[in-house]
Amino acid sequence: MKVTPAVNTFVGRPVERVEDLRYLRGKGQYLDDLQKEGQWCGAVLRSSVAHGRLVNIDTKAALDIPGVHAVITAADLPSVIPTIPFRRPNPTIAPYAQPVIAVDKVRYVGEPIAFVLADSAEIAEDALQFISVEIDTLDPIVDWRASENGATLLFDSTQTNIASVFEARSGDAAEAFRAAPYVRRERFSVQRHTAMPMETRGLLAEWDEATSHLTVWGAAKLPFFNRRAMAGMMGLQETAVDYLELDVGGGFGARGEFYPEDFLVAFSAKHFKRPVKWVEDRREHFLAIAHAREMEAELEIACDLDGSILGMRGTINVDIGAYVRPNGMTPVRNVTQFIAGPYRIANLAFDGRALVSNKTPAGTYRGPGRFEGCFFCERMIDLAAKDLNLDGVDMRRRNLLTQADMPYALATVSPNDGFAETACDSGDYRTTFDQCLNEFGWQEKSPLNGQCIDGLYHGIAIGNFIEGGAAGPRESAKIELERDGSVSVYVGSSGVGQGVETIMSQIAADALEISLDRIRLFHGSTSNLKEGFGSYGSRGTVMGGSAVLVAAKEFLAAFQDAAAERLRVPSDQVTVEGGVARTRDGRSVPLIEIAALELISREATYHGSKQTYTFGAAAVHVSVDPKTGRVNILDYVTVDDVGRVINPLTLHGQVVGAAVQGFGGVFSEHLQYDSSGQLLVGSLADYMIPISTDYPHIRAISLEQYPSPNNPLGAKGAGEGGIIPVGGVVVNAIASALRSFGVEPRSLPLTPPHIWQLIQETKS
Amino acid sequence: MNITLSINGARIEVDVPPRMTLCDALRQKLQLTGTHIGCEHGVCGACTIIVNGRAVRSCLMLAVQASGATITTVEGLAHGDDLSPLQAAFRRHHALQCGFCTPGMLTTLHALLTEEPYASEERIRDVITGNLCRCTGYIPIVEAALDAREAYQRSRESAPL
Amino acid sequence: MLMEADGEAKLLAGGQTLLPVMAFRLAAPAILIDLSGVQELKGISIDDTGVRIGAMTTWRDIEDDQRLRTAAPLVSAAIEHIAHYQIRNRGTIGGSLSHADPAAEMPGVVVACDACLEIVGSNGMRSVPANEFFLGPLTTCLSADEVLTAVRFPPWPATRLWAFEEFAQRRGDFAYAGIALFHETGATGLVENAHIGLIGATSVPRRLGVAEAALNGRRLDGETIAAAAQLASSEADAEDDIHASAAYRKALVGTLLERALKAAAERAEAL
Repeated sequence: MKVTPAVNTFVGRPVERVEDLRYLRGKGQYLDDLQKEGQWCGAVLRSSVAHGRLVNIDTKAALDIPGVHAVITAADLPSVIPTIPFRRPNPTIAPYAQPVIAVDKVRYVGEPIAFVLADSAEIAEDALQFISVEIDTLDPIVDWRASENGATLLFDSTQTNIASVFEARSGDAAEAFRAAPYVRRERFSVQRHTAMPMETRGLLAEWDEATSHLTVWGAAKLPFFNRRAMAGMMGLQETAVDYLELDVGGGFGARGEFYPEDFLVAFSAKHFKRPVKWVEDRREHFLAIAHAREMEAELEIACDLDGSILGMRGTINVDIGAYVRPNGMTPVRNVTQFIAGPYRIANLAFDGRALVSNKTPAGTYRGPGRFEGCFFCERMIDLAAKDLNLDGVDMRRRNLLTQADMPYALATVSPNDGFAETACDSGDYRTTFDQCLNEFGWQEKSPLNGQCIDGLYHGIAIGNFIEGGAAGPRESAKIELERDGSVSVYVGSSGVGQGVETIMSQIAADALEISLDRIRLFHGSTSNLKEGFGSYGSRGTVMGGSAVLVAAKEFLAAFQDAAAERLRVPSDQVTVEGGVARTRDGRSVPLIEIAALELISREATYHGSKQTYTFGAAAVHVSVDPKTGRVNILDYVTVDDVGRVINPLTLHGQVVGAAVQGFGGVFSEHLQYDSSGQLLVGSLADYMIPISTDYPHIRAISLEQYPSPNNPLGAKGAGEGGIIPVGGVVVNAIASALRSFGVEPRSLPLTPPHIWQLIQETKS
Repeated sequence: MNITLSINGARIEVDVPPRMTLCDALRQKLQLTGTHIGCEHGVCGACTIIVNGRAVRSCLMLAVQASGATITTVEGLAHGDDLSPLQAAFRRHHALQCGFCTPGMLTTLHALLTEEPYASEERIRDVITGNLCRCTGYIPIVEAALDAREAYQRSRESAPL
Repeated sequence: MLMEADGEAKLLAGGQTLLPVMAFRLAAPAILIDLSGVQELKGISIDDTGVRIGAMTTWRDIEDDQRLRTAAPLVSAAIEHIAHYQIRNRGTIGGSLSHADPAAEMPGVVVACDACLEIVGSNGMRSVPANEFFLGPLTTCLSADEVLTAVRFPPWPATRLWAFEEFAQRRGDFAYAGIALFHETGATGLVENAHIGLIGATSVPRRLGVAEAALNGRRLDGETIAAAAQLASSEADAEDDIHASAAYRKALVGTLLERALKAAAERAEAL
């Protein structure tokens, strides 16, 4: 047997992905590719009214259609309609939980009212129009101010439309502002947009009456939490439910949330003892997927005249839509804590308020709260630098954290809803920042700032961010020896298209010192492990990878013991290297021989409650056509220090992809509502995600200068960071380009018409 | 309605309802689930297949309209066990993440490069404006296509059209 | 068949618009008549009388026909802005014109070019000037028993100056506004026969007559261009929608006309 070199054969190398082999051949297995014998297909009747009282639902005509088997409404569910549980409960949000189907009231256009089951999806969809629904309309709340006002309450049992307030505090902001020589107040906003993965959502559930077991295909992101939630709502033991992961066509934070349809599919499968499948179409995806990002911030900054930031404070009002979803508070909490970014600001006081409205419930989207917070902070710094007649680069460098500050505790957030220790862990942010300036060519490009060349105005900007990752508390992995000497690795991290199979295989191959092709990787299904968590908040690689390391260590110890027994020596006289156990006198036994005797299996858990923080800087060069409002991205450079790179190919791919998503959020993606609460966007022609010609000039560089001290890999959550700085840095560059017009954009998206409008306003 | 068509080199007869789109027929009737449905309104390009040499959206064709056609889907691109040069370039350049848009990207670029093996970067970018990808930011996809051109150029020389 | 169907039937050309409409269940015709097998409706012919393009000719076939780059250059120039590669492989000129979306490129081009639309119905054949064909958004003069068979463009003098300019959020999107323009230069160096077709910022494909009048008989200098651009802005009948305000679209029309006139002039210098 060939002995592979001992350390780091695979980690750090651009290993081509294992999963690509099936994706490239069209052999991936996505949810809609799966059919079960005798399955019924579901279609969801959704509210066409934003806010109203449900008076009557008549399903008779729909039931008469050949091929339609049943129509589920609230009346068919248990007398107490289950509500979807929170992943991070806090003291005030309970009344705002979403029932799995509208009961008494509808609170957003798109809220499920009925679920049709038929022989095919087409028949079920055809039947929807034969269900008549009577709704007494109520005043719709479509913005946070009307919500705050409280004249109309979404939930009768409450006194307020403010579901929760997160407070982030550090130092004494009031005192800092009293004493500061310079203070500025600003208002910024980000528009509602969303993740928009290319595969729509879907689920297939099957109930096995004989074993009283529910199997749900289509797991993503949080399979173990969702299993617990589903079991609780269905009145089943957790072990009576399994969530199985298939190939997943993109997650970006939105897929894998527990959605009302998830319950309806599973309930129907159990109730009718039939496999039930539901696949969302793109138009309903716009109404049903978690929306994100809609918030407005009223902020103040206090500085010394030399540019030292003395304090920041303010209120962020987040329109969270009609209900608090399981992860609905994450963006609110995050923006409150992360507005201050990677800067040493001693005195902070932010209130993040979650306000309900009659719109689709909000959830997480890549860089939740962080994209928004970075936009607010970086805009604020540029405006302050202008007032103070300081160079924005100098002002940023002055306030950036250095290695001497580490660990640097972020502002304390209350209520503490389960996020553990949040302190920047390692890094010298100024060196990474300087590297970004160099890579970008800041010195050479500076003279372009504000210049008009051939009718186009040029601008440059640089901004900074931190990306939290490695959310605890723990993750599990299991390693099993197979008869043929190969190894099966099971990990709690889930796949959403990011390449978890390849990444975990690299880590396992190095830890076990065997070749990549001897490893089979399983992830994301609850059947793999007793307990697991998943992939969210840039945790998949760090937590899952660390769990693989821990399990590998135990596995190798077991191998050592087994080999020692085989070789009839005490275990401590055997060394294991390259998949072979050896005695001092030169005898050896390879793993494959042990496989014939004993199928070693070790499941282990990695515990870690300290978050990792990747720091990064991004710089951009834009040109703006003031006549059309078109912005061209001429160069975009991002440099981040991720501690340790597992696979440069996949990391780089995620950073660049995330940056492009960020451009979509800055320039074109907008889920617009009218005053009656109707969503005005329903197709990919209207919801403009970036296309291939939009942003071709992106460079991403990842460094490994400061490994995280918080986990055995030294890795930090990464990839997500690509999206975080885009808003702040791009808008600052546009403001720089248009400084001769005095344009200072404060709200997104900056569509061509919006930029043109800003220029007109400064002209008049 | 009964239609006969050639798919990935095999002659196939299939009975389809008149209202069934070609992508539904491929996926549901012929189990060719590599062709993905991302929007059903002709915008995302995930369902792109090659019909009589041209890349088209299979969600915007009725199956009955494909009667007599010669069709290539993503399943027909690889050469036996080996990835095609385009597929291999996609893997090398990490031109896919979740893989959902990939079949449409591959079929579109395969049709393009078969006809235009010297297509410029600008042309490649322009052609895939009809294919949405949410993961990659497109840059590695363009790189992969540029890298694969040589193989198409070689096969053009060895078998002139 | 159309007559027998009594309004229940829809003609299916390339299907690149009708099928999405059906997928959204905004239309559910009982009968679809697929025209793709009708060879007589396909093809491009060019002679002394001009260019004739069969209604079922795909964008792709028009794009590939190099002769059109001189025989109908505005048509060729517009094609690359029409949707995307795969759509152009199936979509047809007749389907687009019959759909009559004022945001689409070709309706504006045929109006700008004084094209005639050939129509066949139960009462025989008729030919309708493009500016009479379009009655409103998604509305044409086609009656229920009629089908558009071809579009005929008058001959294109080699000395004619032209330009196509449009502005869309992304490549292939329906434009916020667009301009299809040509004019000639008389012996005295003054503009003659100016034709400006408007795309996007209008409820019906049409020409900008006031701006045209401001160009004809004038030397094409900065002042004339600015004046025409101003008039084109006020003449455009744009409306607010979720993507852009009317004010933006109107201003854009002026900007695009200005750019189109300059592009046309640059083309003259290159001749």
